[in-house]
Amino acid sequence: MTRRDVRRALKRTGLYAAALGFMLFAGFPFYWMLITAFKQNRDLYVGASDLSHVPWIFNDPPTLEHVRLLFGQTDFPRWVLNTLVVVVAVVAITVAVAVPAGYSLARLAGRWGERMGMGIFFTYLIPPTLLFVPFSRLISLLGLQNSLGSLILIYPTMTIPFCTWLVMGFLRSVPWEIEEQAMIDGYSRLAVILKVAPRLIVPGILTVVVFTFTLVMQEFVYALTFISSVEKMTVSLGVPIALVRGDVYHWGALMAAALFTSIPLAVVYNLFIDRFIQGFTMGAVKG
Amino acid sequence: MMRRRTLADREDVLAGAMLAPALGYVILLVGVPFVLAIVLSFSNATAGSLRFGWAGLRNYAAILADPIFLRALRNSAVVTVGSQVLVVILATAAAQVFRATFHGKRLARFVLLLPWAVPVSLAAIAWTWIFDSTFSVINWTLKAAGLLHGWLYWLGEPALALVAIIIVQAWRILPFATVIVLAGLSSIPQEIVEAAIVDGAGFWRRLFQVELPLLLPVVAVAVLFGVVYTATDLGVVYILTGGGPANTTHVLPTLAFQRGILGADLGQGAAIAVFLLPFLVVVAVTMLRLARRAEVGAR
Repeated sequence: MTRRDVRRALKRTGLYAAALGFMLFAGFPFYWMLITAFKQNRDLYVGASDLSHVPWIFNDPPTLEHVRLLFGQTDFPRWVLNTLVVVVAVVAITVAVAVPAGYSLARLAGRWGERMGMGIFFTYLIPPTLLFVPFSRLISLLGLQNSLGSLILIYPTMTIPFCTWLVMGFLRSVPWEIEEQAMIDGYSRLAVILKVAPRLIVPGILTVVVFTFTLVMQEFVYALTFISSVEKMTVSLGVPIALVRGDVYHWGALMAAALFTSIPLAVVYNLFIDRFIQGFTMGAVKG
Repeated sequence: MMRRRTLADREDVLAGAMLAPALGYVILLVGVPFVLAIVLSFSNATAGSLRFGWAGLRNYAAILADPIFLRALRNSAVVTVGSQVLVVILATAAAQVFRATFHGKRLARFVLLLPWAVPVSLAAIAWTWIFDSTFSVINWTLKAAGLLHGWLYWLGEPALALVAIIIVQAWRILPFATVIVLAGLSSIPQEIVEAAIVDGAGFWRRLFQVELPLLLPVVAVAVLFGVVYTATDLGVVYILTGGGPANTTHVLPTLAFQRGILGADLGQGAAIAVFLLPFLVVVAVTMLRLARRAEVGAR
């Protein structure tokens, strides 16, 4: 082997080692959810000072006992249902509000469209932790405390700004000629919007749906502030708050819940990540 | 073109009509509460009654004299800066790895992105289990490797708990930052890199003198979002330590929640949350500047 070959081999080894290191750091909690969710209790609860018991592997055969507990004896199925109700409602509101707004800014508003779009986008940066105090008051004034309605009303404040921006950016990449041609063919501007534009925006709408879905699945602060009874909780609130019975943590069931919630989100994210990134980087990355 | 122009052709009318619902939503449910958040911080509002009176600067005077608040303010700064420094270093390194081609890259990418997809609260509960005082796998592994002789009470000691919080925040933001830096790397014109290679620049020189300066705007975007996500996050600290032990690990959002919602002192809760504003103003101003620069560059 020449010196160059050695250097090359070293470089490849370093690359794989680094990739493995990053995978370990990022993926470790998920491995830990997986192994905890299926371990028997006597395998799970062995103090970490006992060096003869290796916690990284199944020392006893895997069990479905925690999964059965989660689906049979906790409110987890109820929380999944609540989350789906909120997801559907918030998706409907967001699409109905953000898609026309994005279209308006990209196609109709002319020069001030960009400024306006950025203004709306900036409201996305105002965090729930700044607004939850006034919201707690507004929600009780509206009589919505401890109801899914409170979440359905408030979540669009987070999805609409980002999704308007996404749709606007998306439409920039769709050629204007198709709509222009329809107008030359005698369609009114409104008819173009109602009949031609929807077909062009479909991929943009899909991104909006996915973003809204993931955001609703992940939201914790507002749910914690507005929802107090266990049967009204969403998954992201119920699992860490209400799956703990008294002082007893059922770690097997907890990790099973975390795992089953993470998997669908991870798959969806992987498919749409590039679209989201375009939204975040604004003008800083071209192409 | 023979048709008469009607209302259905007036672009300004259509633009207004289609934008109105979004604007209405944002103004009523972000703008108004935002103003209300600031007004409440000067009031003696409590959760029980609907009326409140002017309290002037009393809430601010109270929290500025409160060691728990000052500690939370410091913790917020420490956690935000600490995690973002870690994220920038790791994300730059990870981007270098993931721009290369290697076997299993798709799988590696999928795993790297996992922390971003999982809900914060569920990730935090998983980390709580990992940092458990009796069953911590980290302690076992360190002990088995002969690196640890005593015991680490990860969430039981203030300094160690802050380290744990920084680790979790960095873990959570890293995928996002890496993907953004990768997007930036791929947008660097290939000619520039090739010219540097022709001129004899090695890997490190290329990285530090050619690529990193060009990446700066993109890294800035990653850091800005990272700052917003970390400084304003409630879930990680709330679940990991609940602000304990003895209120030593509170950050601004958890303390605002404890005082404003649990303690029903809306005025003080709002005043604590207002201290998040400086973080956000810095972020917003920098974003605007970057956007303007990109606009100028595009012309």
